Amino acid sequence: MSSTSKMVPVPSQAIIPERDLASTPILEVSHLGINFGGLNAVENFSIIVGRTEIAGLIGPNGAGKTTVFNLLTKVYQPTRGAILLDGNDTAGMNTIQINQAGIARTFQNIRLFQSLSVEDNVKIGLHNQVRYNTLTGILRLPGYWKAERQAHEQAMELLSIFDMQHMARYKAGSLPYGAQRRLEIVRALATRPSLLLLDEPAAGMNPSETEALMANIIKIRDTFQIAIMLIEHDMRLVMGICEGIAVLNYGKIIAKGTPEEIQANPAVIEAYLGQKKEA
Amino acid sequence: MNLKKFGTKTTRSHAITYGLVVLAFIFVQILDGTGTLTSSLRGQLVPICAYVVMAISLNLTVGILGELSLGHAGFMSLGAFSGVIISIALQERVASEPLRLLAALLIGAVIAGIFGFVVGVPALRLRGDYLAIVTLAFGEIIKNVINTLHVGIGPNGLRVSMTDQAALNLGEEGTVIIQGPMGAVGISKLATFTAGFILILVTLFIVLNLIYSRSGRAIMAVRDNRIAAESVGISITRYKLTAFIISAALAGAAGALYALNYSTVVARKFDFNTSILVLVFVVLGGIGNIRGSIIAAIVLTILPELLRAFNDYRMLIYAVILILVMLTSNNDQLRHLLGRITGVVRHGSKKRPNGEGATHV
Repeated sequence: MSSTSKMVPVPSQAIIPERDLASTPILEVSHLGINFGGLNAVENFSIIVGRTEIAGLIGPNGAGKTTVFNLLTKVYQPTRGAILLDGNDTAGMNTIQINQAGIARTFQNIRLFQSLSVEDNVKIGLHNQVRYNTLTGILRLPGYWKAERQAHEQAMELLSIFDMQHMARYKAGSLPYGAQRRLEIVRALATRPSLLLLDEPAAGMNPSETEALMANIIKIRDTFQIAIMLIEHDMRLVMGICEGIAVLNYGKIIAKGTPEEIQANPAVIEAYLGQKKEA
Repeated sequence: MNLKKFGTKTTRSHAITYGLVVLAFIFVQILDGTGTLTSSLRGQLVPICAYVVMAISLNLTVGILGELSLGHAGFMSLGAFSGVIISIALQERVASEPLRLLAALLIGAVIAGIFGFVVGVPALRLRGDYLAIVTLAFGEIIKNVINTLHVGIGPNGLRVSMTDQAALNLGEEGTVIIQGPMGAVGISKLATFTAGFILILVTLFIVLNLIYSRSGRAIMAVRDNRIAAESVGISITRYKLTAFIISAALAGAAGALYALNYSTVVARKFDFNTSILVLVFVVLGGIGNIRGSIIAAIVLTILPELLRAFNDYRMLIYAVILILVMLTSNNDQLRHLLGRITGVVRHGSKKRPNGEGATHV
């Protein structure tokens, strides 16, 4: 209109893989923020994730990484900022709608349906794809049998990603720790996300399990052609498979870039190791 | 390969439950035929059926949904009185007794289900002991309201009054159905043991099929982990309500069956003690264990009959047994529920000692 048009800040230093340039980024977050009783837990958080990118979110303990996941999945409603999922604004959506819109997640402290079987955990992830109503289920109408057979096949196929078919009948709560983490990923994948959020997927895993997990994360991305964003403290995993990395400290992004750039960034080194004392 | 194992396992478990009920029915019929059944025990047959249905229905709320309800007798009461009203109102129009009984059971279930929805919408936002308090209050409110209710049927149709019988204006040919604190009178005994047996089978069919379906999985997902359930796109409110309404409706049908076994029934019968009695069946039978509920309901209803001399101490004995079971129980779901009530699910208790099988109902 006039020469004095309003200036708005844009997400800075956004990087996405070259192969994703042609399509809308799966996630565009701008100036996201939330206050907890006056404390800015996350402030001015902006990030872009490409459609098939594996992105990393790292930072010291208490930096607000999980809070970012909780904001993206609307466990908390953000105080400020916008989240565009596949180009659509997610304002006003709740956790359930976010999942249906295409974001699935795992949890830092594993949240499985402990008393149910492994297969049932995956089938619960398939809930919104297994379509028949309560009455059909109670009366065991033909729709029930058809949908349940499909759900079983899909659940087994999803479990085969991690070679877990033989565990289908086990109680989820009785699985070893690493298997529980993998089951959570399978359950999240069952909701057919376009963006998968992994909160410390390698926590508690031994080096060989982590190695296998890294290969599997790449396999998941390649098979399902989805974007994956992960929080992780295991730097070998982060630097090994993440294409773009954002570093969070005290609720703010202090660096963004490729693994090489992040490793060389003085602000990141300072955040992790503390400030060098001047002699 | 795995499904087969899983499938046969649950199918067998269901078959045992149904088989148990059928065998019990046949057993009682034989006893009755040979005349070994005492008259006091014969009088208990329909109430036992009603309590079995109550126990299964409450187990759906407590064991499968994982929410504590202390007002289940309220739903039973609603079903009882609406069932009685319908059975008397239909007396002249429908000659067939089984049909009238069926109508009473259905209407009892529908009315209780509607109230389940009305109570559930606000109450299910609460959890643990808060929900328990609200349901307890609901049971008491229902009892006190029905205590002041006067219902009659006359030439002008069904009349209801909250003050006294005269206000009903029934005229000469009218029949009074509910007389305030005197309760419902002039009920024709439509309920039979066979009807009770069929109601138990229908209840089992509904509850077991619900548990092993998409909705059942969602209900148990909400019980096990609300946050995770929401994260995979399951609506907490919707499935809590589904379970609660079905549970209330079944309690309503049980109430109608119960009331139609007597010539009079008073609202005071469905008080807090009845709610707790049914909860005792559920806890003793095993929370989430449908077959256990059935056995507990049968045994604990017959026991006081067999030990009539100790009847005065019945509630005392129940209390002691309940405490003992709670202390010695190694039931995960019970611990889970207790954890929810106190708000502290201790970390250690979440770890399962061994990996065999999934939730067994």
